[in-house]
This record gives sequence, C-alpha cells and structure tokens, in this order.
Amino acid sequence: METPANRVAVPSATASGILAAVEGYATQVQAVAGAEVSKLRHDPSEILTRAIQPAIWLVLFGEVMAQVRGITSDSTRYLDFLAPGILAQSVLFAAIFYGIAAIWERDLGVLHRYMVSPAPRSALVLGKALSAGIRGLTQSVVVYILAIVLGIGVDLNPLHLLGVAVIIALGSALFSTFSLIIACIVRTRERFMGIGQVLTMPIFFASNAIYPIDLMPGWLQAISRANPLTYQVDALRALMLTGGQSKFGLGVDCAVLVLATTVLVVIAARIYPRMTA
Amino acid sequence: MDIRNVPAETASVAPGFEQGYAVRTRGLTKAFDGHVVVDHVDLEVRDGEIFGLIGPNGAGKSTLIKMLTTLLPPTSGEATVAGCDLLREARLVRARIGYVPQLLSADGALTGRENLLLSARLYLLPRKERAERIAEALAMTGLEGAADRPAQNYSGGMLRRLEIAQSTLHRPRLLIMDEPTVGLDPVARNAIWDHVRDLRTRFGTTILITTHVMEEVEALCDRVGILHHGRLEKVGTPAALKAEIGPDATLDDVFAQIAGTDIEMGDEHGNARESRRSAIGHG
Repeated sequence: METPANRVAVPSATASGILAAVEGYATQVQAVAGAEVSKLRHDPSEILTRAIQPAIWLVLFGEVMAQVRGITSDSTRYLDFLAPGILAQSVLFAAIFYGIAAIWERDLGVLHRYMVSPAPRSALVLGKALSAGIRGLTQSVVVYILAIVLGIGVDLNPLHLLGVAVIIALGSALFSTFSLIIACIVRTRERFMGIGQVLTMPIFFASNAIYPIDLMPGWLQAISRANPLTYQVDALRALMLTGGQSKFGLGVDCAVLVLATTVLVVIAARIYPRMTA
Repeated sequence: MDIRNVPAETASVAPGFEQGYAVRTRGLTKAFDGHVVVDHVDLEVRDGEIFGLIGPNGAGKSTLIKMLTTLLPPTSGEATVAGCDLLREARLVRARIGYVPQLLSADGALTGRENLLLSARLYLLPRKERAERIAEALAMTGLEGAADRPAQNYSGGMLRRLEIAQSTLHRPRLLIMDEPTVGLDPVARNAIWDHVRDLRTRFGTTILITTHVMEEVEALCDRVGILHHGRLEKVGTPAALKAEIGPDATLDDVFAQIAGTDIEMGDEHGNARESRRSAIGHG
C-alpha cells in the first residue's frame, strides 16, 4: 500500500518517480500558497487599505512633481513615468511585510506545523513566495484602476498584461523571500520593525522607481544598477505603458529577477528552520 | 490495518533500529552555550503505548520533544524515531510522526476544513483520499458542524481537537503532544483523553505526551518517564512508581519527591525561555 510516508521515502530515479516527486513538491508549494489565498478570500479588506498608499503617491507626490521640468524628457509625462514605479513600490511594501508575518507565525506556533511536516523547506519558502506573488497581483489590479482614473496611458494589450503579472509575481517572490531571510536573522518583531524601514527606503530610493537613473550621481547609479527593484521597474515601464520602453531589455530584466529570486530562495530554505529551533 | 505491524517499508532502515520501539534514544544531549538542558537521555517508547513524560518546568521536556520532532538538532547522541534515524533521515521521521505543539498551531484565519486541507497537502495524502480523510477526521473529533467556521472562533477544546486531527490525518505511527490539555476545562480535557485512546485503539498509534497534570498520567499513560535537570530519572508504570514511595503514595508524591529538590535549589536551572513560552501557552 502506498502510504504518504513511503511516497516521501522513495525517491525513485524512474521517470514516473521523478514525476511523482515533482507533483508532490508542487502540492506542498500549493498547500502554503492555497492557505494564503483562503485568508485573502476571508478578509479582502486588506487589498483596499493597501490601495491608499499608492493613491497618495500618485495623486499627491506625482501631481506636484509633474510640475517640475527636467525629471523626464519632454515627450514623457512624469505621471506616466511614475506609475510603474509606484506599482513596483506598492508590491515591494506588501512583500517586505512577509518577514514580520513569518515571525508572527512563529510566535503563534503556526510555523511549527509547517516545520514538522515532511515538506522540503524550499517548498515552504516557495509557497510563501508564491503567496506574496498572488497578493502582489491583487495590489496591481488596484494600481491599474488608479492609473486609468488618473488618465495615465496604460497599455491594456493582454500579452503585456500577462507580462506585467509575471514581473509582479517575480518581484513579490524576490522581496518577500529577502524579507523572510531578514526575519530569520533578526528573529524578533521589534528588531524587524526597526530594520524593515531601514531596508525598504534605500531599496525604493536607490532605484529608478521615481526618477531616472541618469539623474543620479555616479555612486548612486552603481547602487541602483545592483538593485533588483530597478530591473523590475524597468520591465514594468516597458509593459505597463503604451509605447513604453525598457532601458536594459526585458530579457536582462527577467534574468536578473529570476536569478536573484533563486539565490534568495536557496538561502532562505537553509535558514528558515532556525526560526523554530 | 494495524500500523504497528507494518515493517519499516524502505531499505533505509536506520542501523541500530530495533523493532518494537517507536522512540529509542541513546545518550541524547542538548546544550545551549555549554549549559546542558537535556543530558544523555536514553528513552524507549514501545510501539502502541501511551507514554507520559513528566517533570518540573525547565526539566528539558520541551527541548527533548523538539529534538524528537527534528525541530532542534541534538548536540550529541543518537535516536531512532518511528523507525528512522533522527539525524540522517529527518524528513522521513517527519513523514511518520504527528506533532501537536504546546502553542496554538492551527491557523485561526482559516476554517477547520482549510486547516485540514493544508495538512493533507503538506503530508501528500493522495488526492482521491483527501476529502474522505478530512470528513473522517472531522467526524472523529466532533467538528463536523464547525468545519466551515474560522478556527479563531473555536473554543480551546475544539482547537486542540482540530490540531490533533491535523497531526493525525496522515496516520502517523507516533503522535507527540506537548502538554495537550493545558488550559482546558474538565469536559474538554476528557474529550481529548477519549480521542487519544480512540486513536490508539483504531490505528495503533503510539502516543508520547508531556504533562504536568498527574490526573492525566493516571487516566492515559501506560508508562511514565520523569525528567529532572535534563536527566531521565525514572521510568515505569504509574503503579510501580507509586509503589516505590509507599503503599498510599500518589503520583503527586512521586513528582514532589523528584521535583522537590528544585525548591531548595531555587530556579537557577530553570530555562527562562521555556518558562516564558509555557506562560504564553497557559495564557
């Protein structure tokens, strides 16, 4: 008889064995992400409260800065330039919250249930990353609606929308996993609160989210080019806006995001179990 | 099917594993910064028994349980748990045991059914059997009526039953519970005890619990181990341990005799973190 125990136990090298292993892994990732979707469904109010921040940035900050000449070339309206940056920002801020949620889950005891299960740690981390991706997508819908209301030239080509969804999911996965790693290192909510702010602001300001990299002094340009958020925003500018252009190329943007996410997931899978030790 | 009699299915049986024991440790030790919390423990839990681990706060119970559930790597020593080597086959150990932590482990934001589905997926229950197993678990724990309510609205007793259901959905050979009835009223406590006995009868599950409540030991445990300052001081049936002290001795007397030295020594050996955690658990 096939019990769950020996399904986990026998990593057979046959094709069907590999298929079963992959299917099992996917099920475990889905277990974590599915729980998150259920929670969002039970209490969707969070999606709306999180819409306030991007609205403030676009309406208050954006409308004022749009009066300043020289931030963007004359052919590009500043509000159009800003919208993809604010989309990336709202997703970043939601993803950075994942670390504190992980500490919260540990303090409650919920994390123990995950950690004593036979699911590989990387499946747990990926499940969380996928959850963040789903949350990021719900955020994006809100920002798109805001952008349309503000008369920003949003590109509604289905293929480009799909591209945006992929980039948002990748960016969410990347920054939520980064946040999880920080949480595993600092371990307490209080310390995370302090460090979360300190990390989010440089990631946001040392990127091309609200101004072009070309305006920055050389040293800041170097930092921005090493910042994955820059590549996320770059890809979003190409895909979200009608006639939008990518500075680095979509291939480079995607490669950077995938690579950074992979490295972070590998690190997180190694140190996540420390949370319950 | 009697899970007890299923031989270790795989070729990867740990060396030194002997049939008949759900837990077998040899010199299991944990030290934090040179401070020994679990000290060369040789614990044997037989297949199919309900074993109680008792001891005062800071005796090392929680640390020992954390090692047996693979959450904490031991400093030294070795162990087989549910027929697998604790160090080399941690994932296999996790697949074969169930664990109900002292802290709340069900997710309050999910319904009972969603919590069970989460466990069913994490433990890779075959897709076809999931709904049936979940329904069965809900029936066994008397939670059918509350299955689609968020768990945060459950009473303490219902939450515990849900957590036990989550931990036994995959029919573990060994169920480990850390102070399972803390904070429950007598009715809820009795319901948990009945359920634990039922699990053993129906599935032959071996059960290892930690507890402070001597009444719980009397009601449930076939054998007891007393942990004190990280050492396993005594192991025996409740009757044998009582008889050692005197004709009319109770388990409280047994406990007091062993733990009593603590009072004179103050709580310097107490693990502050562990006490704090149990304080959260009690609250």
